[in-house]
Formats: sequence, structure tokens, C-alpha cells
Amino acid sequence: MALYSEKVMDHFMHPRNVGVIEDASGVGEVGNAKCGDIMKIYLKITDDIIEDVKFETFGCGSAIASSSMATEMIKGKSVQEAMALTNKAVAEALDGLPAHKMHCSVLAEEAIHNALKDYFDRNGIPYDKSIFPDCEHCAHCD
Amino acid sequence: MYVYADNAATTAMSQTAIDAMLPYFKDNFGNPSSLHSVGQAAREALDNARDKVAACLGCEAREIYFTSGGSEADNQAIISAARLGARKGKKHIISTAFEHHAVLHTLAKLEKEGFDVTYLDVRQGHNITAQQVKDAIREDTCLVTVMYANNEIGSILPIPQIGAVCREAGVLFHTDAVQAAGHLHIDVKEQNIDMLSLSGHKFHGPKGVGALYVRRGIALTNLIEGGAQERGKRAGTENIAGICGMAAALEEACAHLDENAAKVTALRDRLIEGLSKIPHCALNGDPVNRLPGNVSFCFEGIEGESLLLLLDMKGIAASSGSACTSGSLDPSHVLLAIGRVHDVAHGSLRLSLCEYNTEEEIDHILAVVPEVVQYLRNMSPVWRDLQTGKRQYIL
Repeated sequence: MALYSEKVMDHFMHPRNVGVIEDASGVGEVGNAKCGDIMKIYLKITDDIIEDVKFETFGCGSAIASSSMATEMIKGKSVQEAMALTNKAVAEALDGLPAHKMHCSVLAEEAIHNALKDYFDRNGIPYDKSIFPDCEHCAHCD
Repeated sequence: MYVYADNAATTAMSQTAIDAMLPYFKDNFGNPSSLHSVGQAAREALDNARDKVAACLGCEAREIYFTSGGSEADNQAIISAARLGARKGKKHIISTAFEHHAVLHTLAKLEKEGFDVTYLDVRQGHNITAQQVKDAIREDTCLVTVMYANNEIGSILPIPQIGAVCREAGVLFHTDAVQAAGHLHIDVKEQNIDMLSLSGHKFHGPKGVGALYVRRGIALTNLIEGGAQERGKRAGTENIAGICGMAAALEEACAHLDENAAKVTALRDRLIEGLSKIPHCALNGDPVNRLPGNVSFCFEGIEGESLLLLLDMKGIAASSGSACTSGSLDPSHVLLAIGRVHDVAHGSLRLSLCEYNTEEEIDHILAVVPEVVQYLRNMSPVWRDLQTGKRQYIL
């Protein structure tokens, strides 16, 4: 389908890192079923390195592809590097997303950041609260 | 195998329709308004097409106006009735909550002009009753516009009964029969229908052409001004090839209506029975009074667009009412109107069949859909929460 790039279709048809980590170091979930998108990220972190990452996604093709790509981009990276992941980088790695699907990449970034925040909270690691703003009001929730 | 199961969106053209069109592209290219013999040949083709369409609907040829499609016909019928009503100070219209956007958006425009519109509740049985229409009629009601059959969920509305109610009350009755024409028995006189819209490409005719039936004596308002085509009510040189293709397709569909309906209904029922076995799903639409080709389900815990993409990869063309496929943030207004909550409306699937579909294709759909639904559920956090009791099942 011309709607999506080949990269998006590849990650949608063969999503990487689907699943659950039972003893995760941090878990993040964003979105809601009412809007039609939910992303959940599980992180296994050892010595500041993201040793393993899994995701579960309820959503459209680009939501699944964005989750898959985002997990690939942070796997094996440091917590610092994962924190620096942006939705733009995810979208670019997928060779672009249609304009009305960009929010899928935003969800992927937010889900990863939420999982990292959960990891910080669980381990008493101090962080700047301002970098984890409350869910911004987008058209979704209005 | 690639199965086309999206016939409510559009159909493949029949050979009959193609053959009926071809002469009017090259050899018989005249303008029906021309006096010379080339033009008059086109005029004859136009007249014949009008006769055919009229015969299929049970009306007179002069009561048929050709349009660019179902949407234009809906717009013109509703606007015309509204203008007639306004002249008598009647500015109330009755419709349903699950009409096509061609109707709903026209009504919304009229509401802005000061018309009052009652949208009948369709949650009970995913349909309406003639009694609901009767109860909604007021002194100032100028129009009842309800669809003959719903495009997304397949419910067939009680059109003859509604027609009788409207005739008794002296209120104009328009029906958007885009999904019904060529598939269900229509007789506008017997069913007391004052105006009816249809579209060529829903019964193996071409796209870009439709028709509006208007009972004699009802004055139409022009949407397109210009020449005197279509009794001065719809300007623009006629789409002769399209009109001939549509008329031939409709004639063929009506001639084989019963046999096609029997065949397609049997395919539909096998599909509904098989897909009903998928856990936590629900059939959308009236289970009894239902279009022969319509199968519509909601599957809990998954989203429709990803379902469609996977089905396409596995050789099935289908449709969904999820937000991602509707182009807005909300799922289909039809699914919301029948009472499906957002969470499950996102997981809808519509398969619409026609007489070209085969038993083998139904086997293929029945093998693929449950597998794909399960695959998506396995990666869905919503499904996990449902399974672990963190979230309550809706279906």
C-alpha cells in the first residue's frame, strides 16, 4: 500500500521485540483504547544499559511499526541515549510517516520515556521532573 | 488467491456494463442536445437508459434525473425538499443517526440555516421502526429522509412501512438507496417513495454516475446551473457512456436479483457463522433484515487499520470503521450510533460480498481472519489486560 513506506510495512509485518518482560526494570504505557492507540514498553536494564526491550501495541499499522522501530533503536544503548530518543528520529528511521500518523511516533517516544521514568522511580534515581511533562492535551483527548 | 470483499465500497464493472458504454466513447460520441443525427443517436441512448432505470424502480422515465452519483442525488433531494418546506414555514426534517455523510452533512448545513433535524435512535436492533418515524412527525415536518439499507452494517430499513406513514401524514419521503438498488426489490409507487437516490458503481456499473427519482409534481431545486439538460434541473452535458453503463448494469442486476440474493446470502451466512466463533466479537447490524452481502463485526482488543493491512497482505480486501481508516480521530459514526463504544468500534471489520465471490473465497476468509485477529490480539496490551482481568470485556 502506498500509504506507508517499505520500512514501515517491514516493521509492521515483521515487528521486532514483541512481547513482555516479566521481571522488567521499568514499564511504560501511553495512549488509551478510546483513541485507538495504546503502547506498552518493557525495559530490562543492567548497569545502565538497556539489555532487553519488548513492546505490546494496540493500534494501527504505523503504531505497531513505530513501536518496533523505537525498541530497535534503544536496544543495547545506555539509559542516557534512550532518554535522547525523539519521535522525529523514529519517524525518520521509518523513512517517514504520513502527516496524520506522526502521533504514532510521539507515542513511541513517550512510552519509552515513561518506562525509563518508572525505572528511575523504582530505583530512587533522581531526575529532572520537568523532562516528563504530564500528558499534553492533544486533539485526542479534547 | 486475492479475494475482493469490499463491494459496499465499490464493485467491479460487469461485462454487460462495459459493453454498453464502449460505443459512446468513439463511434457514438454525440451531444444529446445537438439537432444533427450524431447528437440524436446519443439522445436515443439517453432516452433508452432512462427507460431502463425507470423500469427497475417502477416509475416513469420522466421521473428519473441523472446525476454525478449518489452524493449529488442525496444533496439535491434533501435541499429541494427543504426549500419546498421552508416556503410553507415547515422546517423540521426526520432522519436517522446512521445515514451516509452525503445526507448527514447536507442536513448539518440546513441546521445552520435554521432547520430542526430529528435523528432517530438506531440502537434498538441496529434499525428503526416506522412507529419511530410516526412518533417524530410534527406539524412542521417537511421531509423524512432515511436510507434504504445501511452501507456499513447492512441493516435494511422498513421502507414500505415508513413510506405508508409518510404518505398518510402528507410528508415527503426520500430514501438513499445507494446500497439497495440492484440488490433489493424496489418499487417506488408501491412503497410510497417520493424521492430515491442511487449510484451506478454499487451494482457493477461505472463510477461518477447516479440517478435521482423524483415523483412527478415535486419541484427540484437546482444544484448546478447552466443548460437545460435533465428537464432543466441538472445542467451539464450528459455523461452518456456512464449513464448507459449504469442503466445496463441496473437492468442486469434487477433481472437476476433473486438468484444473486440467494447466492450471496448463503455466502454471507456462512461467513457470519464462521466468524462468530471468534471469541469476544459481535455482529453489527440487523441480523434478520440485512443486505445479502454485508458482514460486519467488532473484535475486542484490536484495531481495524492494522487488521485491514494484514488482510490485504494475506489476499483479502476489506474495510473497517476504525478511526485510522475514517481519516478522523473518531471511529465510524454508524458504529457509535448503534451503541458500540469507542474501544470496540476501533476493532471493526466489514466484508461486503457480491455474486462474483465464491465458496472457495469464503473458505479463504474463514481461514485467514481468525488467525490475523489472534495475531494482533497477541501483541495487544488491551487484550492482555482483558485476559488477566485488569480490564472488563465489553463484548
